[in-house]
Order: sequence, then C-alpha cells, then structure tokens
Amino acid sequence: MANIMSKSVSGSQSKNQLSGRASALINIFFVIYSALCILPLLLIVSVSFSDEQSVMTHGYRFLPENFNLAAYRFLIKDIDQIVHSYGISITVTVIGTILSVIVIAMYAYPISRSHFPQAKFFTFFVFLTMLISGGLVPWYLVYVQMLDLRNTLWSLIMPLIMSAFWVLIMRTFFKETVPEAVLESAKIDGAGELRIFIRIVLPLSLPVLATVALFQTLTYWNDWFLSLVFISDNHNISVQYFLYKMMVNIQYLSSNPNAMAEITRAGGMVNFPSETVRMAMVVVGVGPIVFAYPFFQKYFIKGLTVGSVKG
Amino acid sequence: MKVMLVPPKQKAVFTYSIVRNLRTFWMFYVMMLPGIVLLLINNYIPMSGIIIAFKTINYQEGILGSPWTGLKNFEYLFASKDSYIIIRNTLLYNSLFIVLNIVFPLAFALMLNEMKNRFLSKLHQTIMFLPYFLSMIVISYLVYGFMSDERGYFNGTLLPALGLEPVRWYFTKEVWPIILPIINTWKNMGYYTVVYMAAIIGIDEEFYEAATIDGANKWQQMKKITIPLIMPVITIMTLLQIGRIFNADFGLFFQVPRESGALFPVTNVIDTYVYRTFLTVGDIGLSSAAGLFQSVVGFVLVFISNWVVRRFNRENALF
Repeated sequence: MANIMSKSVSGSQSKNQLSGRASALINIFFVIYSALCILPLLLIVSVSFSDEQSVMTHGYRFLPENFNLAAYRFLIKDIDQIVHSYGISITVTVIGTILSVIVIAMYAYPISRSHFPQAKFFTFFVFLTMLISGGLVPWYLVYVQMLDLRNTLWSLIMPLIMSAFWVLIMRTFFKETVPEAVLESAKIDGAGELRIFIRIVLPLSLPVLATVALFQTLTYWNDWFLSLVFISDNHNISVQYFLYKMMVNIQYLSSNPNAMAEITRAGGMVNFPSETVRMAMVVVGVGPIVFAYPFFQKYFIKGLTVGSVKG
Repeated sequence: MKVMLVPPKQKAVFTYSIVRNLRTFWMFYVMMLPGIVLLLINNYIPMSGIIIAFKTINYQEGILGSPWTGLKNFEYLFASKDSYIIIRNTLLYNSLFIVLNIVFPLAFALMLNEMKNRFLSKLHQTIMFLPYFLSMIVISYLVYGFMSDERGYFNGTLLPALGLEPVRWYFTKEVWPIILPIINTWKNMGYYTVVYMAAIIGIDEEFYEAATIDGANKWQQMKKITIPLIMPVITIMTLLQIGRIFNADFGLFFQVPRESGALFPVTNVIDTYVYRTFLTVGDIGLSSAAGLFQSVVGFVLVFISNWVVRRFNRENALF
C-alpha cells in the first residue's frame, strides 16, 4: 500500500515538470540573457587593455587588440587622485552607513512599541515623507543657505542617513520578531528602555540591521547626485563623481600636475591615450562592486523579504 | 472587571499628561531625536519652502522678504512648450517602465522557478543582479561603449558587418524611446525578478500537487495558482511605482543620454528640467513651480491608486 502511494506521488511529481525541450529552451534563454548582463562590462574591460592606436582605428572591440597595459600604467602615475577619490568614497560610505543604521534603528524602535502613545504620530511623521516632498529647490536652499554645507563631506552624508522606507521595514521587523513579553519582563527587572534596546532588541535584529547596512552601503557608494548638486570645488571628489567629471571632460583626469607632466611626456593631448585610460578608470571604479556583490547578494535577497512596508 | 482596570477618563490638566508622558517615555524621544532632526532638515523644512513657487525671489531680501507673485511662475511654466514635453515624457516613460517591470521580471521568475538545476538558477539570478549594483554613471559608460559616434561597438563593428550606415546615436532622437526602456528594464530586472521569485517560492507546494492530480498542465497552473497567489506582491510593487510615476529616474535621463541637447525632446523629464532650470539656468521661480507641481500631482496619484486598490481588495492596499 505504502509502496503504491509513494509510486503515485513520485509519478505525479515527474508529470509536473516541463518537457525536455521547454526546459532546454529556458536554459538557453538564460544563458543568452546572462551574457547580455556581462558583455557590456567586458567591452569596457577589453578597451582598457587595448592599444590606444588600434582602438582609434578599429573602435571598441570585445577582445583587446594588441593587448597592452599603457592605460593602467598611466593611471598608476595618476594614483594620487584615485587614492584620494577612493578615500572620499570609503569615508562617506562607512560613516554614512553606520550613522544610517543607528539613526534608523533608534527611530524605528519606539514606534514599534505598542504602549508608546505617540507611536502612531511618529510613524505617520516618517511615512508622510514618502508621499510628499518639497522638491529640489527648497531642499537645496536648506543645505546651502541655512546649513552652509556646500563642498563638505556632510552634504554627501546627511541627506541619505534617514530613509522612511527602512524605518518602516525595521519597525515591522521589531514588531514581529521581538517578543513583547521579553521586553516587559526586562522592564520589570528594572532595565531602562535604552538598555533593553541595546541588550535585547538589537541582538535579535541582526538580519534587518545587516540588510539596511547593505542597502545603505550601496546607496552611498553609488551616489553621485549629491556631489553633482553640492560639490563645486576639486577637493571632495568621490569615485562616482570622478567618473562623471571624466565623462564630461576627459581632461579632468589631467587636472593635477602629475598627470599633466605624463601627458606632456607622451607628446601632448594628441598622443594621450584618452580612450583606453577613460575605460581603465571605469574598471578601477567599478571593480570593488563587481567583485563584492556576489558575496553579499545573498543577504540582499534575504533583505528584500525581511519585512513588508505595510503598516 | 476589565473596565475597572482602565483608568477613568481624566479631566486633569493637559500639561499634566504631557509631563507624565515625557517622564515615562523621555528615552524614546531622545532616541528618536536624531531621526526627527534629519526629517525636519531633509523633508519638513523644504516642504515649507514651497512658498518659493509663489514668489519672485531676490537674494537681498531673502525668501520671506521677497514679494509674492501669485501664480505667475506657474503661468510661465505652463505657457512654455517645455511643460508639455516634460510631463508627457515623464508619464509615458514611467507608465512603460511599470508595465515592463511587471511583465519581464514576472516571466523571468516563472521560468527560473521551472529550472531543474538549482545551481544554474542561482547563478543566473546572481548575474542578472549585476546591473542593479552599477551606478548610472557606470551604465552611461557602458552605453557609450556601444553607441559612441566613431568608436562605439555599434558604429565600429556591428553596423558595418551588417552592411549598414553608421548612426549618430546621441543625435538621433527616434531611437531613445526604445533604448531608455531597455536600459531601465535591464538594470532593474534582477531586483524585481528576485522579489517575484521569493513570492513564488512562498506558495505552498500542495496547491501544485493537487492541481497535477486534477490534470492541470503547467500553463493552467501558472494562470490559476501562481499568478493569483502572488497578486498582492504584484499590486504592491505596482502601487509603489505608480506613486512615483511623476518622479523620473534622474540618473537614467540625465547621465545616459550624456546631456545631448538634440535628444532633449525625448529625454527631458520633470526631474531633469527642474535640475537644469535651477542649477544651470538659475531660475528659482520656474524650477520650484515645476517641483511643486510634481509633488502635488504625485501625492494625488498615490491616493487615487491606493483608493482604487482598496475598493477591489483592502488587503492589497498600501495604507
């Protein structure tokens, strides 16, 4: 009897699968699509390893012609600017992400507690910012005229610390995951709210904290809009903004004396390997993300399902 | 009995309850303080700045001292032919994006779910996620690699191989209404596919077993089980996007076409218009009028779409 049952079950399972041909088609389809995701980057990498002259005559190719490292050799001469930009990007990303997680968690916890009478009001206070905005102009004036933060690192950090979306996600997580009874008993034992928050709530909420940290890291690292709006001098240039400036004007790369001397030695702007150097700089700028993302993508996906916005 | 436990409605002085609230919950307020301050700076103070749209700002007298002009800024805005173009572009592109962001990722998720080889399925998901992690600057370089005038892959290799004339992509406005949606879909595919995958995986296997016993084929199962069951996720994702239908993806429209003026008729959207009229042209009145118009219409749209969804299914509504 049991034998028959198991047979029929396994029979139904194999029946509930696609035909060999359909599943082969699906496989082929995804191989092609995955290739389409990688090839554009490959093109850039290939150009960066190419000889400037052959790029000039044959255009961009997927396989480097006359493989050479001239572009990277040039970038090493210009390493000061790259290191500096990396420094700016890393500083902004690290400080921004840490502050962001702390501020968001500290806002989300009180509004997750049902015995806090103002929880509803402060939930609405943050939710409203998802619906209405004052627009670019008044926001810009607040940062530039009121706070006078133009050209500072703070102007690249402050606007992104607080995120209504993540506050609501975290609030939902606190509500659903941290048992009210535990918090009550801790309170009866005489623990203060801050102590409860740090000792009980945060350790229980590591998944959501990690998720917010990851998303904020990505947001800060990839941000160029704040630089575009607030940075007008040549000091606080992040990696992304550096790439932007180079796109608009390749000569931006050579605005520092080191690179200028190198260009002169190469025979002036005419012989300067601008195309390959430009693409090599993109490779340098995008490298960390491409190598790091497969490792944290797993947590990213978990994060997408960690809580719902509904409230 | 229960009624007794609830304290009788107090007629005590209002301030008394405030003091008691502060005494019990002062730590909560301290914890929320940084967040509140940031919300004020980033959101609430700028919201009060919408008065700028009704004024002629001159810097000597400041925002409050500048004279009121009523609706003059809006009259200028809607008299210009830019206003029609930017509203049309924003709405059409975003509507198209919403549809594409449902159809393709959903189809991808359904197909990935049918993949027998778990490892391959994971691998494809990982690779598909790559574009989501790239900034718009980097994407603009990738696009440039294909479409640059002289050396781009299209003009340099592909078109000559097909015997076609090179195209000056950054000056040909007809192709951009196709290119921009492709880029947008390509960038967001990984994200939305994962969202839909997660929803599909959450469906109880028993539904499919029962359906198979009843003789339902794959197509029927998809139509009658999978799609109806993940409808709430589809609705919420769509609702979130409809709420932002008046907000264009600034990076996509600003970076990718490389600010080519010849393309403005098909790439200028409200966000890029506000940015340019404000920070490039320096017209505060016009840009804040456009910004306010964007906020108000966006706000109304969120409520309408939420209301519509609520009427059909309360559960699926956002609030």
